[in-house]
Amino acid sequence: MSVTGKSVPRVDAPDKSRGRARYTADLCPKDALIIRLVRSEIAHGRILSVDTSEAERVPGVVRIFTCFDVPDRPFPTAGHPWSCDPAHQDIADRLLLEKHVRYYGDEFAAVVAETELAAAQAARLVRAEYEEYPFVLDQQEAMQPGAPVVHDAYPDNVLKHTHGQSGDWEEAVSEPGLLCLDKWYETVPVQHCHIENPICYAYMEQGRVVVVTSTQIPHIVRRVVGQALGLPWGKVRIIKPYIGGGFGNKQDALYEPLCAWIATQLDRTVLLDLSREETFGCTRVRHGIRFRLATWFRPDGTFVARKMESYAQQGVYASHGHSIAAKGTSAFAQLYRCKAWEYDARTIFTNTPTAGAMRAYGIPQVTFAMESHCDDIAHMLNMDPMELRLKNIMEQGYTDAFTGNVNRWPSHEQCMEKGAARLDWAARRALYNEPQTGPVRRGIGMSVFWYNTGVYPISLELSGCRMILNQDGSLQMFCGETEIGQGADTAFAQMAADSVGLRFEDIHVISTQDTDVHPYGSGAYASRQTYVAGMAIHKTGLALRARILKAAEEQCGVPAEELDVRDGLVIGKASGDTLISVADLAEAVLYSLDHAEQLSAEETNQCRSNAYSFGCCFAEVEADVPLCRAQVTRIINVHDAGRLINPALAEGQVHGGMSMAIGYGMGEQMLFDPATGKLLNGNLLDYKLSTAMDHPCLESAFVENPEPTSPFGVKALGEPPAVPAASAIRNAILQATGVPVDRLPLTPPTLFGRFREEGLL
Amino acid sequence: MMQTKTIRFRLNGVEREETVDVRASLTDMLRNDYSLTSVKKGCEVGECGACAVLIDGQCFNSCIYLAIWADGKDILTVEGLKGENGALHPIQQAFVDEAAIQCGFCTPGIIMTALELLNRGKKYTMEELRREISGHLCRCTGYENILRALERALNGAPSSHDANRD
Repeated sequence: MSVTGKSVPRVDAPDKSRGRARYTADLCPKDALIIRLVRSEIAHGRILSVDTSEAERVPGVVRIFTCFDVPDRPFPTAGHPWSCDPAHQDIADRLLLEKHVRYYGDEFAAVVAETELAAAQAARLVRAEYEEYPFVLDQQEAMQPGAPVVHDAYPDNVLKHTHGQSGDWEEAVSEPGLLCLDKWYETVPVQHCHIENPICYAYMEQGRVVVVTSTQIPHIVRRVVGQALGLPWGKVRIIKPYIGGGFGNKQDALYEPLCAWIATQLDRTVLLDLSREETFGCTRVRHGIRFRLATWFRPDGTFVARKMESYAQQGVYASHGHSIAAKGTSAFAQLYRCKAWEYDARTIFTNTPTAGAMRAYGIPQVTFAMESHCDDIAHMLNMDPMELRLKNIMEQGYTDAFTGNVNRWPSHEQCMEKGAARLDWAARRALYNEPQTGPVRRGIGMSVFWYNTGVYPISLELSGCRMILNQDGSLQMFCGETEIGQGADTAFAQMAADSVGLRFEDIHVISTQDTDVHPYGSGAYASRQTYVAGMAIHKTGLALRARILKAAEEQCGVPAEELDVRDGLVIGKASGDTLISVADLAEAVLYSLDHAEQLSAEETNQCRSNAYSFGCCFAEVEADVPLCRAQVTRIINVHDAGRLINPALAEGQVHGGMSMAIGYGMGEQMLFDPATGKLLNGNLLDYKLSTAMDHPCLESAFVENPEPTSPFGVKALGEPPAVPAASAIRNAILQATGVPVDRLPLTPPTLFGRFREEGLL
Repeated sequence: MMQTKTIRFRLNGVEREETVDVRASLTDMLRNDYSLTSVKKGCEVGECGACAVLIDGQCFNSCIYLAIWADGKDILTVEGLKGENGALHPIQQAFVDEAAIQCGFCTPGIIMTALELLNRGKKYTMEELRREISGHLCRCTGYENILRALERALNGAPSSHDANRD
């Protein structure tokens, strides 16, 4: 009986419900020293000197490290696989502590003390003497001549500029009778807000440094710690227990290098546990990106030429850098057909917190722009927005030459059809098109999205798996890929059970990755794991099954080719009769005095393919014009993520992404004080994360077109749910009020400004 | 200088006496002295609800509740929840069955609020449930399956596994 495709309960849920699943804080020894970071209270400048004398007198202080103590060895932090080609390596612009502080909150010293209290008290007494510089918070202001320079190596603050084009632009736009819409759209920085803050502790063991950390990417963090400390990578061991969410923030080496370095200096266990306020202000954020979109189209709505400029706010350090804006250019170039397109994407340093990966990696931003733009065109033409999309959407059979991705199915059409039916699109659209004059007006909007799976061919896609059979016919599975809350362990166990031929309950997934024990896996990002780890699990499972059958041949005297493993039993292929259980076989083989062996298998799989993952969102809103408030009354996401390994968990992924996207659309933003550069709302009270009261029932539906490049027919689902809702809501407000709002989030102050400008108030 | 106070309280059904730093939060006491790992630290200022415990049957954020205030109180954490014969409590089981747990960091706190709601012995509308758990932040689930689990555990609703999907 196949277990993939079934909504089995999560393997980790009982322990998590009992509060006994162990997270990093639960594992840290009680005698660990506490690290507290001392942070810049100016947005830009140079530390001339640090006075630690008063702080050192606080009882319990063990040592204070400053930016003048750390090695001058820049390292990168992005959670990308290593590249042996220096041209493709991430930018190494970080030091463990910074002399050149570049944003309000940059760390320049670290207090180590016996207790949390002593560390906190001492940190407050560390004094810095600064040489203060002007700072810049806005990415386009940072490009102006004479703007403050964030990194000396980038005098114009532009981290990277990429240009792309296709088709004969002049020929395309010279077509007579074309209409054109040319507009700006803006998204702003937001934070991941995983409920567990980043936390790690480090200690020395047999001349090596061990870091236990809440990370999505243990194997990559190992390499970055090695780079930062100048250690061979084998001298570093990373252990990743259960983690309380990551969403891309923990797809970065945040403070593991500093924590590890301090452990090497003191030869003690040291703990670095960030506060919520530090998580907001001093880890990573989602890039705020400003877009200019121009589309030339025929009066019937056919797109002819499309142009995009994008300006991504990088913040102070490169982290994932231009990769995020670059992914957006792929979505731009591919989602809609036209005769010619052209883009210019820039990522620009500013004196704000570093932007990095956050769920869907640039696609929520570009989708807000593109899908708002699409409805603006439909509005201009008085055309149904879904019809406009159907007219222009990527055609079935489209192949992207770079990734080899093929749009194999009518996924867009099927998803739109399903979503439209569920929310009764045609009837409601018609109803809300009737003149509305009251204070509360209704609208329905939609949005589609482009996504892909994993990082092939830009980066390495490699995933390892090991299975060791026990004497009772169960097995331990070690995957390099990580459980971060999405349900990876459960999906992996389901795939393993089917690959080997065992029962689901016989698969024990070793959840805590340990780089000393687990084979390589790049980690949880790019919605890659079910796809890429699935290949490794399948390959390993088949290898183990072959070993089981070989052993069965020896035990039972029947050729392996005539046997199969199903539900933990070795059966005759033709008869279906049981010859021996895997449990009896494993025991007999392990303890055989003639030919004993432990049945196990280990494989590494390099994935050389990618897969499109498409879908859409439909949202209905009530807009209260005098109150300048919009409320979502119905919302549904529809996804074609290929076959679902576990429909209940897939649905849970969609809910979480939708909630995040509604927050992105309706309330979340990081506010900075223009006078000081200080983050104003870096806490969970002032930063408006959605509560259970802030959105309606989250509806989801799936189209399950099997993906042929995956042995299980799967493709991306982790990130895509977080993409389309913001623009669908924005488009519903457009229908309700006739007002296009082109900046996120759609909060009352923003709506007030726009309603005023458009004469509604 | 550190001041201490000796307090007596009941913790997960066991009488305890302890001398605590008067500045310590209940979260710190429960985690550090009793290794109750269900009590999570997500903000330490009463914003996220991950540290919620029941004190005399009422749910509190233990991070903004001083340990010394626990004197004379009856404290319950998820570790003290028991179903029959060591099985999961029905609320926990509902969370497992409804796929209401993802990263699991907010889970114990919400379960404690659910227990307080259950002990009131009434049924709840969806709007009431949304309001009652609005002091708990969850970034993984969009609250959807948590609400389904609550409907099931508190209102006796049938499993909604496939109700909202096609």
